[in-house]
Amino acid sequence: MNCPSLTAEPWRLRSHPWFTALLLLLFLLALAFAPSAEAAKIGELSVNSVRTQALRFLSLQDPAVRYALAGSVLLGISCGLLGAFLVVRRLALVGDALSHAVLPGVAAGFLWSQTKDPVAIFIGAVIAGLLGTLVVEGIKQTTRLKEDAALGLVLAGFYAVGICLVTMIQRLPTGAKSGIDKFLFGQAAAIGPGDLKLMAAVAFVAIATVLAFYKELLVASFDPAFARSAGFPVRAIHYALMLLLAFAVVSALQAVGVVLVSAMLITPAAAAYLLTDRMHRMLLLAAGIGLVSGALGCFLSFLGSNLPTGPLMVLSGSTLFAGAFLFAPRHGVVTRWWLHRSRSGRIRRENTLKTVYRILEDRQFHGDGVTFRELAERRRETMEDAECQARELVRHNFASLHSVDRTILLTPDGRQRAVELVRNHRLWELYLTHAAHIPADHVHEDAERIEHVLGEDVVRELERRLNYADTDPHGRPIPTPNAVHAAGPSEPDRRPPAGYGR
Amino acid sequence: MNTPAPETPAPPLEIHDLTVAYQRRPVLWGVDLVVPPGKLVGIIGPNGAGKSTLIKACMGVVPIAGGWVRIFGSPLGRAHRRVGYVPQRESVDWDFPVNVMDLVLMGRYGKLGLFRRPSRADRDIARDCLEKVGMLPYANRQIANLSGGQQQRVFLARALAQESDLYFMDEPFAGVDAATEAAIVTLLHELRDRGRTILVVHHDLPTARNYFDMLLLLNLRRVAFGPTDEVFTYELLQKTYGGRLTILSEVAEAVRQRG
Repeated sequence: MNCPSLTAEPWRLRSHPWFTALLLLLFLLALAFAPSAEAAKIGELSVNSVRTQALRFLSLQDPAVRYALAGSVLLGISCGLLGAFLVVRRLALVGDALSHAVLPGVAAGFLWSQTKDPVAIFIGAVIAGLLGTLVVEGIKQTTRLKEDAALGLVLAGFYAVGICLVTMIQRLPTGAKSGIDKFLFGQAAAIGPGDLKLMAAVAFVAIATVLAFYKELLVASFDPAFARSAGFPVRAIHYALMLLLAFAVVSALQAVGVVLVSAMLITPAAAAYLLTDRMHRMLLLAAGIGLVSGALGCFLSFLGSNLPTGPLMVLSGSTLFAGAFLFAPRHGVVTRWWLHRSRSGRIRRENTLKTVYRILEDRQFHGDGVTFRELAERRRETMEDAECQARELVRHNFASLHSVDRTILLTPDGRQRAVELVRNHRLWELYLTHAAHIPADHVHEDAERIEHVLGEDVVRELERRLNYADTDPHGRPIPTPNAVHAAGPSEPDRRPPAGYGR
Repeated sequence: MNTPAPETPAPPLEIHDLTVAYQRRPVLWGVDLVVPPGKLVGIIGPNGAGKSTLIKACMGVVPIAGGWVRIFGSPLGRAHRRVGYVPQRESVDWDFPVNVMDLVLMGRYGKLGLFRRPSRADRDIARDCLEKVGMLPYANRQIANLSGGQQQRVFLARALAQESDLYFMDEPFAGVDAATEAAIVTLLHELRDRGRTILVVHHDLPTARNYFDMLLLLNLRRVAFGPTDEVFTYELLQKTYGGRLTILSEVAEAVRQRG
């Protein structure tokens, strides 16, 4: 409403979503260094060696570190970007099923090439993943089962086959030291030059596709029926997206592992979904959050002397999500709490203002000051409370304090706002009794709430409908802000005597 | 199959012996229909009569089991640009991260080629369409913050932005306030007066009589089609809504069970 210092607060927050993002980043940086002590315990490292490890990582001199970090960043970007489409299409579980369904393909690729050949594993995994999604579609179309059951079936079935195959491979003479077990929980340190090339290719294809087909992906995701009517090949777009997702999942397997790779699809996208209301920004944010979680997970894994990377990446992503959940500019829990708090502060302040006005009104505006005692008595509070409330008014420029006789003097702003509130209250009471035929002794509570939120144009409309009435249902005058400025306290005789009760 | 004679312009919509089935259960049987240009046509029938299915089949949104559909004389695949669509409001997720402007711009997508983004001209068109439905002040609002009537107006603006010659609208009056309903009716009449053909799936019998030039009475198959005055009779409505056609759905059930 007309109180600039109050409305400014939510705006400041809303116009700076990046401020929140920055805060989050700082929080994460702090987090990145905080667990060092913890990691020392886990990896039985001294604080010193943690520091050297961190330096080794950050200086990027070690080629293994460079591969691991580059791979983690790339997988974060492609998973975040494509995961955003899963989240808005409500296909999050498809990502989960897809990521588990690739495991038999990984094992088959390994068995076929007899080594950890990235290309063979990639092809095997993509085929298995797509087979998984096709089986889901098939179950959905030929039986009465719905999507969730079909996904659950495929996820568990394919994963079980994969686990059996992986165990068999580990029993083979060549398989024992192959590192196939790393595909379960992920190890960024195992990323080699071949893996990295593959990951770069996948990230490139993902980014290029989203850039080139943004409008097709958007319309097919938002309103498939409409897209089909406008001639877009919705089914082809869906399968293209699934193929890309399979690429992203498979390229991320090495670092994140089969078990948790779906979290890298969902978590950054879910955080981004809370942070913005526009698709293109959500894509950017999801890719960015994916990047940060990837890099951070890789770093933490390195600090903890090769703890599994997947869980650490997912933990980083989840921390970012928690940040978005709490501090997102519009949907954040803390943000909303804070807005609510500032709103209830405003309402308390406005109620004090109103009380001061009512005290003045009751003595027909003889004398300008209201003492703390008068305020306390009227509000049935202690003197301390009253003084605290008065200082709150002073802080918002609604009043000044006369220090000697301890009285409150309203400033022009304060008087204006007070008159508006009293007017809103009495107008609303009158409206309820007239238009809704509610008895006069039922309307006070309602008006107590509505007086703080009535906008100027609504007030105009109310005044018009009530024929510019000047007396409320209890017989008290309805003041108008301008008249008060003109008349002020020096012309009390214009007003009829005050009403009864409080 | 007889093709229309070359000298007469092809009708906006021609349906011949159209059958549509969901999981082998027919929901539309052998529908024939020729809609003349510049008409506002209401599609009326009880729940489950296949009204939405009919218009979805016309646009290729659901597959056709038998028969054919021609739009301005050409098969579906080549006519998409001349067709506009207002789906049911509940068919989309209103929490989707787009604002009103983004949504209306989607109406322009079908006219853009591959790799093309909406241009300034497209934005101007979208803005005009928003203004026509009285939603321009809400252009930057997230769609989740709209009321039901506002959502329907935005959907209508998107269809207007398609600048089509033939429109299909699926219950545009469902769950909207009286003011929005009146505004939509006015817009539909304007479109009709500019020579557009509009098919509207409609639920409310009393208003149907006043809103539409022609009515299609539908219950699994075509009951009647013609000018509102001729078709809106007790006998035909009784035939559409009454129990006489239940035999059809029983046959449909039997076909499904035999699989």
